[in-house]
Order: sequence, then structure tokens, then C-alpha cells
Amino acid sequence: MSDPDDGSGDGDSEPESDGTPPENDSHRFDRLPATADDRVVPGRPTRKEVIEWWDDRYGIPPATWDDHTFWERGNGKVWAFAGDVPSPVDAEGLGLRILRARQEHWKPSTNAVQRFGPAATRNVVVLDREEAARFARGDDQDLPRWDGDWGYVITAHEIAGGIEPVGVGLYLHGELRSTVPKGRRENLES
Amino acid sequence: MQPPQRYASLVDDPDAFQAACERPLPSVVRVNTLKTTAERARDALDAQGVGYEATDWHPGVLKLHERGPGTSWPYFHGWLHGQEEVSTLPALALDPQPGEAVWDACAAPGSKATQLAALMDDEGVVIGNDNNLGRLSALRHNAERLGVTNLAVTNQDARNFSLKPFGDRTREEKRIEQFDRALVDAPCSCEGTIRKNPDAFEEWSLGHVEGVAGVQKGILRRAVDATRPGGTVVYATCTFAPEENEAVLDHVLGGGDCELRAWEPPAGFGTDPGVTEWQGDTYDPSVELAHRVYPHRNDTGGFFCAKLEVTV
Repeated sequence: MSDPDDGSGDGDSEPESDGTPPENDSHRFDRLPATADDRVVPGRPTRKEVIEWWDDRYGIPPATWDDHTFWERGNGKVWAFAGDVPSPVDAEGLGLRILRARQEHWKPSTNAVQRFGPAATRNVVVLDREEAARFARGDDQDLPRWDGDWGYVITAHEIAGGIEPVGVGLYLHGELRSTVPKGRRENLES
Repeated sequence: MQPPQRYASLVDDPDAFQAACERPLPSVVRVNTLKTTAERARDALDAQGVGYEATDWHPGVLKLHERGPGTSWPYFHGWLHGQEEVSTLPALALDPQPGEAVWDACAAPGSKATQLAALMDDEGVVIGNDNNLGRLSALRHNAERLGVTNLAVTNQDARNFSLKPFGDRTREEKRIEQFDRALVDAPCSCEGTIRKNPDAFEEWSLGHVEGVAGVQKGILRRAVDATRPGGTVVYATCTFAPEENEAVLDHVLGGGDCELRAWEPPAGFGTDPGVTEWQGDTYDPSVELAHRVYPHRNDTGGFFCAKLEVTV
């Protein structure tokens, strides 16, 4: 500590010295600004927006995120990290990638939905055995019985005495598309 | 002389040792308590008709009757992680607590890093480092599948690991300057993996043992230096060679800033003490506190695990 480096720190709080707004740097993690008033990097989602989005869309209580900091790396990829470290961070990973923002419809990640989805109360499509197996294989399927919102939904099924999130579906025109990433797909017996 | 004959003088029953090395290993999974309980995971396996037995010493470590946990619902949900039984020991020895800063120096592909996160209830920070960028993708994939959120992943040479990315040598309030605990699950000659990797002995050479021992000493030295006084460092390998185990401990003990500590593996898990003499060399007597795991003792892979406390 006797030889402090330039600890100017939070990359989200300081405009560049020439006055132009900084751009999102896709090789490092930057902490999300708390609110729109704190935003410096154009288009960067705020902590408030992220928490409200999970609540509005899926009913996941805001308190779920009390112990997590939110970070952006890459274009609109938002990560939840259980710790807090100085921003920006040059690292290969920081917590769990929970959603993709910077597009009209934000898309939650399969892994976030599996971890935080058990608290969801809205836009959860409960699949039967065969539907869930089809979904886990990555197959799209007709599902006319769903009468909730269109767009990205949490799919779930019953296992070991409870309802458990499976992944993220895109529901459009009576069809449920599976967004399970290739590396997570499994051919599971129904 | 090649393994396993090379170690016949160290084991109580060389024939049983050699015979165990020739048997394949059962497929073992660890229940990921960040996403479920051992009870629910077992219920889900039961419902799918997947056969298993709980290990004698841990309700969340299950031996599957058939190989490969991949094609089951509990695996898809990230409730299970394929992890060899002995490989669960070092995280238990390290005993990380929620909220601490913990370093996993050689973390890929992530079995132990994710176990550390689970033991910490996903609170605090695990910095999972690996020098192999290719293997880091496996670490990240496993951590995400298991729902870990307290892992930061770095790609550095552990021997010169720098905390600068985390604000070391700045006035940042949230900087990390030292670790509370560090795990060195070192790259090694992997003799103890013979039961799952039949080429392990064919690829063996004394030159490799001696070369990798230098790397091990460098990583363990960095771990001791980066850990706060009173903090814990665990050193582990999956090999039998004393050159890579007790001799490495002896080397860092020579720095005078750390000491071996007693640690008891879970009841029912049999180990042998570290050796203080090998091929004319003698080691610090405290290395007897380390644990050697021979495959015939518990029907597992081979392993070595030692717990150190940083004293200065």
C-alpha cells in the first residue's frame, strides 16, 4: 500500500478526460451503475433495471440479489457475483452470467434460471415428462395450452417432490422453442 | 524403477496395492448443495432408476453402479458433479468459511473450486486460477452448471500470481491483498490416477517427476506468501512420489513461515502418514502429519493431502 498504483477504480464513474463517454470494453468486467443517474457508459443496464426486470418478468423477489454485485462484460452480458471487488476487473469469469441485455427483449441464461428460478412466480411453464425431455434435448415443440406471456419463459418440471426450473424457453405463436445451449443438452429418458 | 513397484517399500501390503491399481474405479458423484440436498438428489436418482451407493463417510458422495452421470435429470439440473472420491478431501481439509477470500491456484476443471464454493455457501470469494486457458473453459462451464456465483476466474502462472487485478497495492476499499486460505492441487505425475487413466504409468518418467516438483515448490511457496498469517494452505497431489509430496512440503517448511497441522479425514476413510525418508533423503519430521491415500485402503484413486498454517 505504500506504493499505490493508479487506483482510479470504478470504470463506470469517470468519463474519459477528453469528455467523450467511455464505451463498453468487452474484455473486462465493469460494475453496473446503481441507477440511470449513475450511468456513464451508454446503453449499460443498471442494477435497478436488472433487479426490476427479474421481478416484473418472473416475480423473483428483489431481495434475492441483496448479496450480489452485477457486472457487464461483453456486449450486454450481465453477471451476478456474490462478492465485491474493485471495478473494473480483468478476469476470465466473475460469478454467473445471468442475462443478456442491450437488446429489445432481455434473455435470461439457462444457468441463472436453474439457480434463481425456483423463486419465480410468473411466466413459469410447467412441462410434463415427455415435454421436459424434449426441451432438454434442445427440441422445439408445439404447446398451445400455454396462455401466459409470449417471449422468454422459465420452463420447469416436477422432480424429487418439487417443481424445478429446467431452462429458458422462447414462446411464440403456440410454439415453445428450447434455448438450452448445445453443451448443456442431454438426451434424457422421459 | 517404475510405479507401482517403486513404492512397494512404502505400503503395508504391496500385492493389494498393485492389485488395486489394476482395477477400474467406480464412477463417483458429489451432490452440489448449492442447488439441492443430498436427500433430493438421491430421490431423483431413485425415481430414474439410477443405481448408486452412498460412500461410508459422506452422504453427499455417491458411487454410481454404472459409469457416467451425464444422462440423468439430477445431473442436468446441476445437482451432481462427477468427482473422484479422494478428490473431495482437499476442500474438506481446507475448511473454507462463508465470506472468506480463498485461492484455488490450479483450479481447472473445477471440481474442487466448486466444492469450495459449496462449503462457503457461495459467500465470499473463490479465485479460481489456472495457467491453461483451454482448461479454463471447462472450469467456467462446470461452475455455471453448478450455479456458483462467488467464483472469479483468472489465467495466470500460479508461481507468480498477482492480486493486482483485485486492487492489490491500491487504496480501493474492496481490494484483496491476501487470502484467508489457499488450495494448491498441484500439477503432478498423476500416478494415483492409474485406475481411470491406464496410461499414467507408461507416461511416467523420473525426469518428469523431478521437473514437475520444481513447479510444485514454486506454486506452494506463492500460496504461503499470498496467505495471511494464521491462514490455511492445503497441498494436494494425485501421486505417490515423495519427490512431489513430502519433499515439496520440506522445501517450503524451510522458509520458516509455515507449519504442518494435523487434520483428520472423515471417519471411515483410511490413510497413511507422510514419509520422512526416501531414497537417502530425509524430510522435516512434521511431514508425517500429511496423509497418503493408497488405492487399496478405501478402493479409491491414489492421493496426497497436507494442511499447513501460515505462521508469519
